[in-house]
Amino acid sequence: MTASQHDSSVYEEIQTDERFQELKRRFRAWAFPMTAAFLAWYLLYVVLSAWGRDFMGTKLFGNINVALIFGLLQFVSTFGIAWAYSRFAEKKLDPLADEIRHEVEGKTE
Amino acid sequence: MSHQTLSTILFLLFVAGTLGITFWASRNTKDATDYYAGGRSFSGVQNGLAIGGDYMSAASFLGIAGIIALSGYDGFLYSIGFLVAWLVALLLVAELMRNSGKFTMADVLAFRMSPRPVRTAAGVSTITVSIFYLLAQMVGAGALVGLLLGVTSPTGKALTIVGVGVLMIVYVVVGGMKGTTWVQIVKAVLLMGGATLVTLLVLGHYGFNLSGLLGEAATQSGKGAAFLEPGLKYGTEAQGLAGKIDLISLGLALVLGTAGLPHILIRFYTVPTAKEARKSVLWGIGIIGTFYLLTLVLGFGAAALVGGKAILAQDKAGNTAAPMLAEAVGKAIFGDVGGTILLAVIAAVAFATILAVVAGLTLASSSSFAHDLYAHVFKRGNVTDKEEILVARISAFVIGAVAIGLGILAQGQNVAFLVALAFAVAASGNLPAILYSLFWKKFNTAGAVSAIYGGLASALILVIFSPVVSGSATALFPGANFAWFPLSNPGIVSIPIGFLAGFIGARLSKEYSAEKYAEIEVRSLTGIGAEKSVSH
Repeated sequence: MTASQHDSSVYEEIQTDERFQELKRRFRAWAFPMTAAFLAWYLLYVVLSAWGRDFMGTKLFGNINVALIFGLLQFVSTFGIAWAYSRFAEKKLDPLADEIRHEVEGKTE
Repeated sequence: MSHQTLSTILFLLFVAGTLGITFWASRNTKDATDYYAGGRSFSGVQNGLAIGGDYMSAASFLGIAGIIALSGYDGFLYSIGFLVAWLVALLLVAELMRNSGKFTMADVLAFRMSPRPVRTAAGVSTITVSIFYLLAQMVGAGALVGLLLGVTSPTGKALTIVGVGVLMIVYVVVGGMKGTTWVQIVKAVLLMGGATLVTLLVLGHYGFNLSGLLGEAATQSGKGAAFLEPGLKYGTEAQGLAGKIDLISLGLALVLGTAGLPHILIRFYTVPTAKEARKSVLWGIGIIGTFYLLTLVLGFGAAALVGGKAILAQDKAGNTAAPMLAEAVGKAIFGDVGGTILLAVIAAVAFATILAVVAGLTLASSSSFAHDLYAHVFKRGNVTDKEEILVARISAFVIGAVAIGLGILAQGQNVAFLVALAFAVAASGNLPAILYSLFWKKFNTAGAVSAIYGGLASALILVIFSPVVSGSATALFPGANFAWFPLSNPGIVSIPIGFLAGFIGARLSKEYSAEKYAEIEVRSLTGIGAEKSVSH
């Protein structure tokens, strides 16, 4: 089955479906604020690397300073957000998307 | 046996193995879906490894380790930008593109727009970004092989570039996406294996005491605690405000550029479903993140065990820090023979790294030429699969030949800025067009075309008039001075220009199709009508 087998009105119909609107709302409500958050967190790190050098150079233990820990926390947050997104998508997005898709594909096949 | 001989043998084994895979892959490459997207039959794990193989260039392996070895902490800033960038790809781009596109970045952009102008713009941008990146890798290959194999004559370096170029052309022309993907998978496994081995040996040498290793690196560098803090290379106090803004500008281009790099975007088409695309990015993030953590140890390890002076004596940019570290740590633990073997292994891994990345770039640019410019702009979609693949193969050959020629001409030039420029163009032109296309209802042809050309042109113009091209001792043309833009990285200006141009362009045009927007929105989120995988 390819896209050409659906006329466009099928898509407009699905677009107004409540379940699709819920899918779109769930996706955007998670992905958009999270993108803003990790970009802000990353920019804070870069800005501190440029202007907060005394703070970044503070030694915490041994030769480990704030700059190193802050950098490693960027790794932790990246891994954490990636993991959280995959959990969220599997639980909240995939079932809805699969349901809508199976319904439409069942109708046309 | 010298390390050069051993390196050459190991590298030839890699070449023989990957060529075998490529010819095997060519037997299963029958139609356009096979050639451009590997039949969409790779698993999420395989594609995740290939993403790592495609992304971890010599610039990130040798370059970042070198920056850390010579300038300390600042190299880590690069790694972090390169890694965090993958969240943009994961959350906003990968799955939606897999669901709504076919073979190239332009497929998503042209979806609800007037196809010819949008495909032309996207094709021009794809080819520009890929060629910049490719050229940087080719020039780097010549310099690197020179250092590692002891080839110093210009003819020897030129021959090396020809060799790398010919291999890359064979991978792409013969194996298409299937062959290229397997080369990247093999390379990713070798690179991770090699980097892990050296990292463990270095940590073991310091009794698994990271603080001790850092202290030794700081002492050896002669710069003390400052070596472990930001500010020795980017935005130094001597450069003043412009230097600090330049650092922010670089950070922005790194974090926003990845999700607009065409050779990365086409990787999402090689898996059967959006769920597999998600899984492949998760694997990619795991592999790339781990790799950059290893690079941190490699860089500081090289500073501690090899020392900045010895590294500088071999290469001003520090590109040989990682191989030199392999030799030093091997020697310290296993004696002379161990040092020779480890150096040879890491040098061979570095060649494999270069080959896999240049193959990915050649594939991305030739695919865009054949699919976007030839098939859809020149021929208005009236081509057979067979003809389109033939054009793709010819353009891979031509692009490869051009890259070889330019690579030889640019030998010895300082072209490292081309990688940062490729990221800046991708972030300024491609990313706004992609995000608006996927998420903004009122986006249209005028918006897409203005975003791409606006971002591309502003990034290029600002770099031409920046200190990397003229007006400084390290510039491409050190003798001339026509620089008026103070930053080396244009991102902080060109990225807003790209987003703004797309916004204004779209608002000035009345074109809008509710039907087509419904189609891309529903398809991208649900996977209805998505391109299926093929199996032979």
